[in-house]
Amino acid sequence: MARDSQAALVALNRFGFGSRGGASGDLINAASDPRGFVKAELNRPSGVLLEAPGLQSTPQLGQAAFAYQDQVKQAREAAAKAGTPAEAPPAQTPGDPKPDNKLRRNLSLNMVTTEIAGQMAEAKPADNAMKPESMQPSAAAPPAAKPAPQPLNVIQKTFRAEALARLQRATLVECGFTERLVVFWSNHFCISASKGELARMWAGAFEREAIRPHVLGRFADMLRSVEQHPAMLFFLDNQQSLGPDSRAGQNRKRGLNENLAREIMELHTLGVGGGYTQEDVTSLARIITGWSFAGRQGQLGAPGSFVFNANAHQPGPQLLLGKTYEATGLAQGEAALADIARHPSTANFIATKFVRHFVADDPPQALVARLREVFVKTDGDLKALATALVDSNEAWQAPLTKLRSPYDFLVASGRLLARVPEDPGSYLNSLNLLGQPLWSPAGPNGFPDTNAAWAAPEGVKLRLDIAAQMGARLGNNIDPLDLLEFAAADAASIETRRTIERAESRQQALALLLMSPEMQRR
Amino acid sequence: MDCCENRLLTSRRGLLLGGVSFAAWAYLPKFARAADGRDPRLIVVILRGALDGLSTVAPLSDPDYAGLHGSIALAADGAHPAIMLDSFFALHPAMPEFARMYRDRHAAVIHAVATPYRDRSHFDGQDVLESGYAGPGRVQSGWLNRALEALPRGERVSSALAVGPTTPLVLRGNAPTVGWAPVALPQADDDTAMRLADLYRHRDPALASALSQGLQLEKAASGDDMKPKGGNAVAQMRQVARGAAKLMAADDGPRIAALAFDGWDTHANEGGPVGRLAFLLGGLDGALAEFESGLGDRWRDTVVVAATEFGRTARINGTDGTDHGTATVALLAGGAVKGGRVISDWPGLKLANLYEGRDLKPTTDLRSVIKGVLQAQFGLSDRVLAETVFPDSATARPMKGLVV
Repeated sequence: MARDSQAALVALNRFGFGSRGGASGDLINAASDPRGFVKAELNRPSGVLLEAPGLQSTPQLGQAAFAYQDQVKQAREAAAKAGTPAEAPPAQTPGDPKPDNKLRRNLSLNMVTTEIAGQMAEAKPADNAMKPESMQPSAAAPPAAKPAPQPLNVIQKTFRAEALARLQRATLVECGFTERLVVFWSNHFCISASKGELARMWAGAFEREAIRPHVLGRFADMLRSVEQHPAMLFFLDNQQSLGPDSRAGQNRKRGLNENLAREIMELHTLGVGGGYTQEDVTSLARIITGWSFAGRQGQLGAPGSFVFNANAHQPGPQLLLGKTYEATGLAQGEAALADIARHPSTANFIATKFVRHFVADDPPQALVARLREVFVKTDGDLKALATALVDSNEAWQAPLTKLRSPYDFLVASGRLLARVPEDPGSYLNSLNLLGQPLWSPAGPNGFPDTNAAWAAPEGVKLRLDIAAQMGARLGNNIDPLDLLEFAAADAASIETRRTIERAESRQQALALLLMSPEMQRR
Repeated sequence: MDCCENRLLTSRRGLLLGGVSFAAWAYLPKFARAADGRDPRLIVVILRGALDGLSTVAPLSDPDYAGLHGSIALAADGAHPAIMLDSFFALHPAMPEFARMYRDRHAAVIHAVATPYRDRSHFDGQDVLESGYAGPGRVQSGWLNRALEALPRGERVSSALAVGPTTPLVLRGNAPTVGWAPVALPQADDDTAMRLADLYRHRDPALASALSQGLQLEKAASGDDMKPKGGNAVAQMRQVARGAAKLMAADDGPRIAALAFDGWDTHANEGGPVGRLAFLLGGLDGALAEFESGLGDRWRDTVVVAATEFGRTARINGTDGTDHGTATVALLAGGAVKGGRVISDWPGLKLANLYEGRDLKPTTDLRSVIKGVLQAQFGLSDRVLAETVFPDSATARPMKGLVV
């Protein structure tokens, strides 16, 4: 059986999340049949879904967030009445200190053990949702200790649970191609958790509900799911957008918000220069007025669920991209999106972005053209798109020049070290430090996807600091040369091998391995 | 994996201000020697990377030393003269604190010492140094942990302190340990950064340029660009020692601690009286001073052992550094040390006397030194030391008289 470690590196790093350490045999399996190894995951569409105990639906999460907000409000009002400063909901009371209770104390130590993953300096998080849970054993709190830290609220807990589920999946999957596709599409259709409490609450559910079911399905379906998801509607303000001639618009003297409509065309489908005008933006904005979600009162539906609010919908037919859409309510927007999804500009925009992500910053034009063709011919079949990419020669021949994103880098490191995260804290902190805070890009265009962004001097230096810390934390338990075999085998350069062999300690060797071009490039 | 360690990591501030983690070992029994009421403490400092013993404590009177160590050899004269410890050996000038302790008879040197390991791999060498087994590959537990386990019940020091982000192998094992590390994101040390920069220069020019700019940026930001390399590591060593000493000084604090300092792998531009090794030794010296001042009255009952996996070549290489060797020094410091001595069966540096024609020949087994300290401080028997703590080490008898 022919073994090609270089092709295995492409299979695992360009398409996947890198080789898993331990007994996975990933590199050998990938070397035996590189294309088959990557494509195997495409034949298990249900494997893309993410269901884990405790992960709830968007309406359930919305209701929990509303309840939490109400509780905070009531506490604040009560405090204002009593003339005392407002406080967040009460902290759990720590257990009685029982100095003679050894078992209990050991339990608390073990509790801390599970929390030490996040021992890195706390980066400035978008908000304190990313604070690692208490690092202090509650059962051992002495009377004179500083005030107990605030327990996490339901929004912070939810965000961490969603993050953990995603990280665990990424760490455990075989090749990771479908998870990489999830990350790609999730970033393409990004929301930002820093928009507000609801966005943070819904960030994970948005990906589970609107992205994952369609990663190996149809682009048009993903587009509709995304634009009707409460998280996206909240993120791009569409719940505030009122048809100027709608009943609500008339009553409240308010009108359109073009935010979502513009981003749908500019970022989600046609792309800048994709042949739309400002009139088209305004027209689409009118078409999707009324796309909203039910609020805490639940007048329009179950709180936190998507609703079409006919009262806010602009009446009448609309002209969009040269075509007239009759006044059919919700169906008007759905018809518009369906057409935009199969617009030639969309095929071009998606194919280019897809190849840029997986192959090269400067995407090979022949491959882009082929994928555009596939997209058009299959009416946006995303599984066919992914398959065509893997079947191409360009994707296997192009040198591994892309720098892994911080998320890629951290997940690949965890996989190589065979460490399934039990707490997302260290990942979240590291992502903050490295400029890719989870589900929280700075704008609706998502995180950048080029080397220019990730190979920045501070970024590389910070990566090294994080690698050095992982080395210090985990290095004395591993054989770095074994790990190099798992990661790259004979595809490793002689310089990398020597650098690792000559490291002065296992700790240093692990840091250097994690920073080696074999681990950083994909 | 390390996730099953029983570790307590919390913010340094929380710890030093008397936060929760003190409570976590507040119940620990004192380990006091019944005979004389002493309350002994032991700190093990692992120097990872292989310390050049011939540059740390130089055999100035050995006629072959200056020639072998060439451009980096220490001398009794010049701008930075080595500090004479006796008529034969001189201490590196970057270690004035250790020199003072030595003069006060609270520090000692053991020279031409080595573990039983005779190959030159850092990883295996560190395994042997820390595991206490005669050969590599035994990484489940360390000799210091097994020594803890062997203490008589009722006198057991229930927890030892592991300083740093993970428990060093020497302290891993069944006996419970607690951990402490400074909380700030530690930066990669300069040596690691330079090695990576070198790899990138050969394999990845774009990352090489990004990394070198990143390193410069950081130096500029910390106002540190005028300082010689290594300043960062030195500050970290002091900081770690200061924190650990504070913990151990408490009445209910841990009696035993282990920590590791990295960066001793001086293959190139090792430097002589000044330079890279000098900065690291200055850091170690500063750490010893922090232990002394931080432990206060407890220093009287303390022994610090600093040991490394092996030494370096007697002759410098082509890049003004030294390659992996065999015998080296071990340093003892602390109020309980019977110091003011360089303990050595000096093998000489004549070519014929060098191990495999290149390294200082080992004449003392490091295990004898450590066993001597463990026996004097904690009363462990010859048999336990030879069978459990350092398995198969009966021939390496505990060295007598190291402790007051």
